[in-house]
Amino acid sequence: MKYMDEFRDPVLARRLVGEIRELARKPVRIMEICGGHTAVIFKYGIHKMVPPQIEFIHGPGCPVCVSPREKVDLAIQLAWQDNVILTTFADMIRVPGSRSSLQHEQARGADVRMVYSSLDALEIARANPQRHVVFFAIGFETTAPTNAMAVLLARERGLTNFSIFSNHVTVPPAVRAILDAPEVRLDAFIAPGHVSLVTGNRIYRFIPREYGKAVVTSGFEPLDLLQSTLMILRQLRDGRPTVENQYRRAVTEQGNLRAQAAVRTVFEPCDMSWRGLGIIPGSGLKVRAAFAEHDAERRFTLEPPAASKDPKACECGDILRGLKSPWDCRVFGTACTPEKPLGACMVSSEGACAAYYHYGRQWAATG
Amino acid sequence: MDHSVHRPSGTEVLLAHGSGGRSMHQLVDGLIIPHLNNPLLARMDDQAVLDISGVRLGFTTDSFVVDPLFFPGGDIGALAVNGTVNDLAMGGARPLYLSLALILEEGFALAELERILLSIRGAAEACGVQIVTGDTKVVHRGSADKLFINTAGVGVIAGETRITCSGAAVGDRILLSGTLGDHGMAIMSRREGFQFEAPIESDTAPLWSLVEAMLAAAPGAIHAMRDPTRGGLASAVNEIAQHSAVGMRLQEQAIPVREPVRGACEMLGLDPLYVANEGKLIALVHPAHAERVLAAAQSHPLGRDARLIGTVVEDAEHLVVLDTAFGGSRIVDLLAGDPLPRIC
Repeated sequence: MKYMDEFRDPVLARRLVGEIRELARKPVRIMEICGGHTAVIFKYGIHKMVPPQIEFIHGPGCPVCVSPREKVDLAIQLAWQDNVILTTFADMIRVPGSRSSLQHEQARGADVRMVYSSLDALEIARANPQRHVVFFAIGFETTAPTNAMAVLLARERGLTNFSIFSNHVTVPPAVRAILDAPEVRLDAFIAPGHVSLVTGNRIYRFIPREYGKAVVTSGFEPLDLLQSTLMILRQLRDGRPTVENQYRRAVTEQGNLRAQAAVRTVFEPCDMSWRGLGIIPGSGLKVRAAFAEHDAERRFTLEPPAASKDPKACECGDILRGLKSPWDCRVFGTACTPEKPLGACMVSSEGACAAYYHYGRQWAATG
Repeated sequence: MDHSVHRPSGTEVLLAHGSGGRSMHQLVDGLIIPHLNNPLLARMDDQAVLDISGVRLGFTTDSFVVDPLFFPGGDIGALAVNGTVNDLAMGGARPLYLSLALILEEGFALAELERILLSIRGAAEACGVQIVTGDTKVVHRGSADKLFINTAGVGVIAGETRITCSGAAVGDRILLSGTLGDHGMAIMSRREGFQFEAPIESDTAPLWSLVEAMLAAAPGAIHAMRDPTRGGLASAVNEIAQHSAVGMRLQEQAIPVREPVRGACEMLGLDPLYVANEGKLIALVHPAHAERVLAAAQSHPLGRDARLIGTVVEDAEHLVVLDTAFGGSRIVDLLAGDPLPRIC
């Protein structure tokens, strides 16, 4: 298929692996921030194609995985408000809250619907003027612009029966939190391609400047990831960490300025709680007061959720910080499986645990 | 299976319990089978095999709740005939007679019902089965979604044929009769209103004549068969691997997927290995006869794109491993529930 097969060429892959092998003389720890990259690495078996000195550490870039349980608890409260239709992306329906999940509430009669985009939720609001439609918004800078547009369109069209429950998070503060943690050892980052498409590549400049780590922004095809790995090894060999852009067919330095403007119009930064990382100042996006009528947290009076700890055995927190691998978790594949997940890393196809479980169990013994 | 003793989690039925993935297996193995088990049911094939005074009958049932009722390449009527005919064919049974039960929602258009009945007649005639008994129920508006259909079927199994999902042996070659994902993506594109450049049509078709040709090419060589419907190829191969207590090694490059289906799957973040088919089969074939059975399949109109896609191997964990076209490898696992489109 055009524009796809070119990026999955096994001959080119072997050549890149050869070059990587030449340069990989000592152990290198690379964090791929984005869960989409984690999934591609496992789907194509890239981590086993590169020499064992190269270790991929899976970062906090799976939006489902980093949403703390109390967010699901709040979404469940919203789903049971009078006359509410709660809409969200499919993965969120399965994520466990502290006592239940949206799929269980759906089975008990709550009106929970899966949508592909917040604009579909807006359409449900238009078609159901007597109901109130809440969109449970999660995701990084990638999904924030569409959700901002949904709010702007709702205002333009007078759809006062539409609001969003914003749980957006942003990448740079999370990367900083990881780098500031004393126990994390990393040499380089593979930066998220889709986020960068919106924000531009410039948002990563602080990483080499302040922390001396290499950064390459990568596309999502398997050859992209091999090439990005090679670019990182060259930076490390030359001792000149910088921000490079492997995903030049999509990502620019400045990013998508209109998308950025929409996000700035609707949202403002706020402190946000991350699973595994705790509260990171300025790492979230909340709806500005000017759009209060489209802010579910302002429209509805919700009980503050009981501070909800992850189950003791669940290691999602350390896995999201790159301190542990899913193999290190005692409940991985036993008490925590995709059909009965304890932690969110097992729910999303972008979660490290789900990737290990679905694609990598045959390597469990060898790591 | 290792999880057969566990009851499904939670206190109510979830949509995931009907998806063909691991959650459904937990419902079936953990709640349904323990209450109803007997040696015939325990085989867990697509059909029961009944020995009645020396005549071996295949017997099966299937319910159809597809939305939309009409989709590119077919409709619920053709699906209800072909689905049951195929469940019989997967045990090597020549389909003979079907029952037809209709559950109708109050208010459903008679004209649409008639269109579906004509389709049922056409499909039955095409595969030489007769509908010999039936039932009709009407429920209040909202108690069912327009029309649900149940069909049951019986067929006769020739004396020497022994095909069961526990019959795969190490060394067997894995034959796939054609392209993957056509039915599921046709439904999804229709349901979600997606438009693709090239139309995607359901592959719904009765597979008995293809099976008959393959059986004739090398009697006794086919050890196991499944039609990869709900849950796709991935679920079908995993079920055979579990029941036969073997592992499998598949080659991604050998698995045919039409370009528009690949494109639609890429766009939605779905894997064609998990998407439903309604006119395809996989067969586990003795290695000495695999090429001959393949040739027979390829000379049948429904098996033109047939390929040998892998081999049965020894594996204590009964894993299915795929060698990717890119040069790596990964597990092909059962999904927990429905395949989910990606977020970003």
